[in-house]
Amino acid sequence: MGLFDKLKKDRPGIEIDAGTMPQEQSEQPEALEVMRDSKVGIFTRLKNGLMKTRNSITTRIDQMLAGFGKVDEELFEELEEILITSDVGMATAGRIVEDLRLRVKRDRIADGDGVRRAIREEIAEILASEAGTMQLRTKPSVILVIGVNGVGKTTSIGKIAHMLKQEGKKVVVAAADTFRAAAIEQLEIWTNRADVPLIKHEEGSDPAAVIFDAIAAVKARGSDILIVDTAGRLHTKKNLMEELKKIYRIIARELPGADMETLLVLDATTGQNAVSQAKTFSELGGLTGLVLTKLDGTAKGGIIISIMSELNVPVKFIGVGEKIDDLQPFDPDTFVEALFGLTEL
Amino acid sequence: MAFEGLSEKLAALVKRMKGQVRVTDKDVKDMMREIKLALLEADVSFKVVKDFIATISERAIGIDVLESLTPGQQIVKIVHEELIRLMGSVPAKITYSSAPPSVYMLCGLQGAGKTTTAGKLGAVLRKDGKRPLLVACDIYRPAAVKQLQVVGGQLNIPVFEMGTGTDPVTIAQKAVAHAKSMMYDVVIIDTAGRLHIDEILMDELKRISKAVKPQEILLVVDSMTGQDAVNVAGAFNEKLGIDGIILTKMDGDTRGGAALSTKAITGKPIKYACIGEKLGDIEPFFPDRMASRILGMGDVLSLIEKAQTAYDEKSAMDLEKKIRNQTFTLDDFLEQMQQIKKMGPLQDLLGMLPGVDAKALKGMQFDEKQYGRTMAVIQSMTKRERSYPNIINASRRIRISKGSGTTVQDVNRLLKQFEDMKKMMKQFSGPNGKKMLKGLGGMKRPF
Ligand SMILES: Nc1nc2c(ncn2[C@@H]2O[C@H](COP(=O)(O)OP(=O)(O)O)[C@@H](O)[C@H]2O)c(=O)[nH]1
Ligand SMILES: [Mg+2]
Repeated sequence: MGLFDKLKKDRPGIEIDAGTMPQEQSEQPEALEVMRDSKVGIFTRLKNGLMKTRNSITTRIDQMLAGFGKVDEELFEELEEILITSDVGMATAGRIVEDLRLRVKRDRIADGDGVRRAIREEIAEILASEAGTMQLRTKPSVILVIGVNGVGKTTSIGKIAHMLKQEGKKVVVAAADTFRAAAIEQLEIWTNRADVPLIKHEEGSDPAAVIFDAIAAVKARGSDILIVDTAGRLHTKKNLMEELKKIYRIIARELPGADMETLLVLDATTGQNAVSQAKTFSELGGLTGLVLTKLDGTAKGGIIISIMSELNVPVKFIGVGEKIDDLQPFDPDTFVEALFGLTEL
Repeated sequence: MAFEGLSEKLAALVKRMKGQVRVTDKDVKDMMREIKLALLEADVSFKVVKDFIATISERAIGIDVLESLTPGQQIVKIVHEELIRLMGSVPAKITYSSAPPSVYMLCGLQGAGKTTTAGKLGAVLRKDGKRPLLVACDIYRPAAVKQLQVVGGQLNIPVFEMGTGTDPVTIAQKAVAHAKSMMYDVVIIDTAGRLHIDEILMDELKRISKAVKPQEILLVVDSMTGQDAVNVAGAFNEKLGIDGIILTKMDGDTRGGAALSTKAITGKPIKYACIGEKLGDIEPFFPDRMASRILGMGDVLSLIEKAQTAYDEKSAMDLEKKIRNQTFTLDDFLEQMQQIKKMGPLQDLLGMLPGVDAKALKGMQFDEKQYGRTMAVIQSMTKRERSYPNIINASRRIRISKGSGTTVQDVNRLLKQFEDMKKMMKQFSGPNGKKMLKGLGGMKRPF
């Protein structure tokens, strides 16, 4: 066990400033492990403004350059490994590293800053988006929240409702997950927390009917935004996907011309299957954004890089915890930073 | 699509090797690359893949040709063998305590599926002759207690709860005492989802475990989990010493590499696989089948077994003949639907076959609600219409929809579905299809 681990164990939750650490050049490989298995979520660290620089790829790049005076193959392999272990996926990871390799060669990049900039640009290009913004200009407008089971739809709705309410919007929530046991009660607790009205029917009732009623309520109250919770469904279930289409149709019919955001919630812990989820849900048409949840864990959510390079649907929000304000607009720079442990922006 | 089966890719490489006496370094390297790609695409942990490839390469380089197998086939065999070895060669059974009640503690990340799984496990163990009690120890997630109560209610299994104001350790202790006095012999504790890096909540699990000494601590893992699976399973095992794993959401199209990662990192067996949202959708875990699924080799075994339990030999032979002769009628269709209903989703079944494109199966999926409608529609047809659906023109469609209390669209949909199914069957009766039918051995049935 390295000294670093020991210190950490003795003082759980306290980040150690790299500057105060003794020099341990020889222990580099082990230290790198620490970065990857880090016991504190990357976004927690970012949130608290605590970045561990000692073990970051940045340090690694600098060391390599200091040692060899040039960017060598090992670095690219290491970058590829970081991408793969962040769930970026083989194909996308390979492509990013290949582009980077060409770029470093073409532009004769030989300094750490240059390499760092190149990495950031390479990925930022893919992630560039109108993060955190929702197109909800009409009154009323609709946010439809969809995704597979357990990804964090209901929780995210609680957080989004709270956020919009804080912005002074009049929000109504529709409990259209009538399938999962106690899903309605769960949402009710969240809407109470956010202090917004909930339109609900019985468990087992027709979700379309709930939405129909919710739309009527929105019209009657003159509300600004209707947020619709839906039951989790695996994208492979044809009949459940048909049910979603029906929901789309009802909203389009009852609120013609209304702006609508359809947000697909993805769990950052999910691997390559998230690509399949995103593709299938986007085939329904009308998908406008992604919400990436559970980034307070150790999963990096690299899968969105693959998704965005293929689908062109932006990540709008990230979930970083179970509390009502644990929702942040997605920031590509911070994301790339967290992925690689890149520091100074 | 990246999910193209590994078997096909390896087959291509094997073809190239035909006639070779020895496997060369380059052959091995090429095959290892494909295997590595397939495993990583299936979400097996990077480190696990690395170790795995090292083991395989060692065994593969320089192997001599056995009489019956080509070098390429031997490598495929080695891969499969090693993968099964890594998955655990035999299905692991759940264990019971010699001094009842047997307490099982479910734990895992948020949204993994613990609460539903608690219910399913209760139902499974009840089938084994036990009297289960469910315990609601998730006092944090909104309405989690209520959710377990609803699940328990649906299964008619009692739920022990103390609301959300009591320490979960106390709840667990009281529940076990209650179980003892009420002669429950199985206690299943549902705990709150938590991050493996949440020291406080991980400590809570430790305290529950210390207080009630569970027979087994079961980690519930979403089968769609990516590279993080090793971190999660590693941490839960390190802190709690888990006894087994339950994989959930296996009814999706995930390759399920997390199964391999969690097994490799913890050394603990996977005991159950959950395959749907219904409370009966849980089955024992079969390592060999999972190995095939991860490798994209098609889960032929599961398919055969499932089909065998639902079909009797004779009707299957009749059906096969009808498919071959393409004299399949709507009456047969109705009968098939009844059979399929017994077996579970058609798409799942066919999807397990190697070489069957899951996309081609879209639109053929079995839908409970629609089933009733379909029955009604077919029953409102005349005998002639059922045998010769081509004659069903617009006015007949209106009559049928009225007679069955459905809409013309419903009738149209059914007829379209029937046509799709027939098209599918044509594939079965083609030269490849015949091979496929044969490949299923004594089964003599397409699905
Ligand atoms: N740690 C963490 N947990 C989350 C986050 N978002 C949701 N969850 C948890 O994930 C679980 C499933 O969430 P839920 O909203 O019920 O998912 P749904 O089935 O998609 O509606 C719950 O235990 C939530 O508290 C997040 O950003 N971080
Ligand atoms: Mg929900």
